[in-house]
Amino acid sequence: MKARIKFRKYGALRFIGHLDVMRFFQKVMRRADIPIAFTGGYSPHMIMSFASPLGIGLSSDGEYFDIELSAPINSGEAVRRMNEACVEGIEVVSFRQIPEEKKMTGMTILAAADYLVQPKNNSGFLPEDWTARFEIFLAQSRIRIVKQTKRSEKEVDIRPMIYNWEIRGNAVFMQLAAGSAQNLKPDLVMEAFCRYLDPGPDGQKTDFNSEAFQYHRMEMYADAGTVTERKLITLESLGTEIAE
Amino acid sequence: MRKLALDDEILLNIEKPARYIGGEVNSVMKDKEKVDIRFAMCFPDVYEIGMSHLGIQILYDMFNRRGDTWCERVYSPWSDLDKVLREKNIPLFALESQDPVRDFDFLGITIQFEMCYTNILQILELSHIPLHASGRTAADPFVIGGGPCTYNPEPLAEFFDIFYIGEGETVYDELLDVYKSWKGSGKSRKEFLEMAAQIEGLYIPSFYDPVYNEDGTLKSFSPNNVHAPAAVKKQVVMDVTDASYPMKPVVPFIKATQDRVVLEIQRGCIRGCRFCQAGMIYRPTRERNVDKLKEYARAMLKNTGHEEISLSSLSSSDYSELKELVTFLIDEFKGKGINISLPSLRIDAFSLDVMSRVQDIRKSSLTFAPEAGSQRMRNVINKGLTEEDILDGAGQAFEGGWSKVKLYFMLGLPTETEEDMREIARLSDRVARRYYEIPKEQRNGKCQITASSSFFVPKPFTPFQWAPMCTAEEYMRRAEIVKEEFHAQLNRKSLKYNWHDAQVTVLEGVMARGDRKVGKVIEEAYRLGCLFDSWTESFRNELWIQAFENTGIDPSFYNLRERSEEELFPWDFIDTGVSRSFLRSEWERAVQETVTPNCRQQCSGCGAARFGGGICYEGKN
Repeated sequence: MKARIKFRKYGALRFIGHLDVMRFFQKVMRRADIPIAFTGGYSPHMIMSFASPLGIGLSSDGEYFDIELSAPINSGEAVRRMNEACVEGIEVVSFRQIPEEKKMTGMTILAAADYLVQPKNNSGFLPEDWTARFEIFLAQSRIRIVKQTKRSEKEVDIRPMIYNWEIRGNAVFMQLAAGSAQNLKPDLVMEAFCRYLDPGPDGQKTDFNSEAFQYHRMEMYADAGTVTERKLITLESLGTEIAE
Repeated sequence: MRKLALDDEILLNIEKPARYIGGEVNSVMKDKEKVDIRFAMCFPDVYEIGMSHLGIQILYDMFNRRGDTWCERVYSPWSDLDKVLREKNIPLFALESQDPVRDFDFLGITIQFEMCYTNILQILELSHIPLHASGRTAADPFVIGGGPCTYNPEPLAEFFDIFYIGEGETVYDELLDVYKSWKGSGKSRKEFLEMAAQIEGLYIPSFYDPVYNEDGTLKSFSPNNVHAPAAVKKQVVMDVTDASYPMKPVVPFIKATQDRVVLEIQRGCIRGCRFCQAGMIYRPTRERNVDKLKEYARAMLKNTGHEEISLSSLSSSDYSELKELVTFLIDEFKGKGINISLPSLRIDAFSLDVMSRVQDIRKSSLTFAPEAGSQRMRNVINKGLTEEDILDGAGQAFEGGWSKVKLYFMLGLPTETEEDMREIARLSDRVARRYYEIPKEQRNGKCQITASSSFFVPKPFTPFQWAPMCTAEEYMRRAEIVKEEFHAQLNRKSLKYNWHDAQVTVLEGVMARGDRKVGKVIEEAYRLGCLFDSWTESFRNELWIQAFENTGIDPSFYNLRERSEEELFPWDFIDTGVSRSFLRSEWERAVQETVTPNCRQQCSGCGAARFGGGICYEGKN
């Protein structure tokens, strides 16, 4: 039996990296006595897979991981027990059964993620009308950036990976491609925006950069649509509450 | 939500920001308005090392059980944050409240090894607390030191207000109660120290004056304050079973060096190895009740969620209920995906059997600590391990499927001859030969024997406290001899030899047996930029040499002399229960290569029976 766990990450725990979040939840499972299944072999480990690592410094309302259960457990009970075993900065939101098919878990079905991006308190150098300029920036048909890979640099157009966006007060909401096929991080968009406003001398990094913004992941989605038409549904909605 | 002392910009630009945010599982939050005493407990090294230390977890839990006290943790900021704190003038803070350390009532620092001394000065300076106790005012916390290095606190005397000598579980409550009655009474800092001086086990360095002879040795060391006793008595918990033990240790987010539940099964050691300070200062040996330990194992695994449990003691094989405890741990937890990590046990049929059940034989290695290569040398150090024990143990292990062995040795032990050095390589080779006695088709390829040597540092309160050390050059010459002998061995391709650096050894020697004058060198080295001296990548010997030159202090005075029988040592004012005459007779027996039986075989009258319990009274109810 497979279960999907949705959780929030906020406050000081924004500074805990992905690997440590995994270790944290392994210990939560033991403290909360969740009947999680183990792999076989000499050093068995918990069957657990995370949807998408969240970068250090980001907060989130929509993080996910899937586990294999060795026995059923009531959803409400599991959420309660896990939260008792958590600390301030991580909160379990839901615990739901998901279908058994292998292709339904973790990273494989991830298609998009929502982000809210807002300037940090100390980013006073941003022009007052930055949101208006952001609209013009995103109205471009192509947004080319140079993506660094391990071996080389290549130019990519990130505009098609921005599925949706809107200005919300002094913040911007963006729905971006996520997952193994295509993945766009929100700081890359903001880096491109900063460069668009102020290219800097000879393409060098200026003070004006993506670190001036606070990033918050809001939700993650699977694509239930067809090849031609996207239909995003939250990872959470693919699961059902466990009554037992 | 807790507010952090460091802003996002800083946290995003330093290594492992999780070191500085607190908020871990089982960390304790209290309302600072509702407590009388705020205690900052510090391990002066980086978070991952400090969080692995059991002693702090014990005291943290014990202090926080008091409703009137909030104990928080402090670790050394790594060099990257050190720089930021200085540049931005941000005071060092405690992890839980994120409040400046300077606002606390106490700053407790555990002093576990000599090479952390410059880190202690970093902690004080970054906290904006004057380095010298004499410069502190009502605005500063009382700085109190504890841990094994306080058995010779003198090199650090100027930097501390109080030292706690011995095991922490005994008189801290008394100290905190006294502090409460003093706080708000309008009395002076000195008056509080006078009250503290009357508590057994507490040493107030400013209340004592050393007087030196012309040759630099100590002439006298006596109290200058009527409240200070002439001798400070080491503290011992006689009932370890009912002593405070943390059922909910703090669980770090990032991987600490020891990321597991630790069960302290006993305190002290019956063996009496003559080089070992712990074996002398933790006398008498006291065992924790096995049923209590089982209970602790269950509760601590449940409360932490750790996936590993290990045993802690100086010599686990001597714990009388070891078999029962280990069998329980395996039966109870092995099936639940919990790893059982066994400390280096004496190799025998039982330990090989349990090890084969808890680890992968092909991957794991067996560890022996013969400490010396020749039987003669092992007799000198009173290591009751014969070559037969080693070869039999290794033989059984090889037949059981193991093929990797680690051997630990010390070089530079008192009376060491070239023959003793060469025997390190030869003994390693004989272990390899034992492996190749197994028919080829039954063995698992080549064996891998890794021998490591460290250089011996004589410690206070051991029979070797009178012994001279060597120069760094001499240590390296000895390591070269051993290395050369390894190359001459039949099975050299199955043997590997590692040795430690000698420069750190020399410094450790000065700190270990130094007097109050050494404090100047530590301060000067720190001023010159020494920090994290126990980390190879940050150790800067040339700065230490400079510091000795600048202060006119000669390291050879501390290291190269053989001390006379009568010499007054800087640490002699401490009463550990083990008598100086016992240590001296052990030193003489060492020179005569005579072995002394262990405490279970026969009492040697060291003096620790005075404490009225433990091994000294075992079977004598």
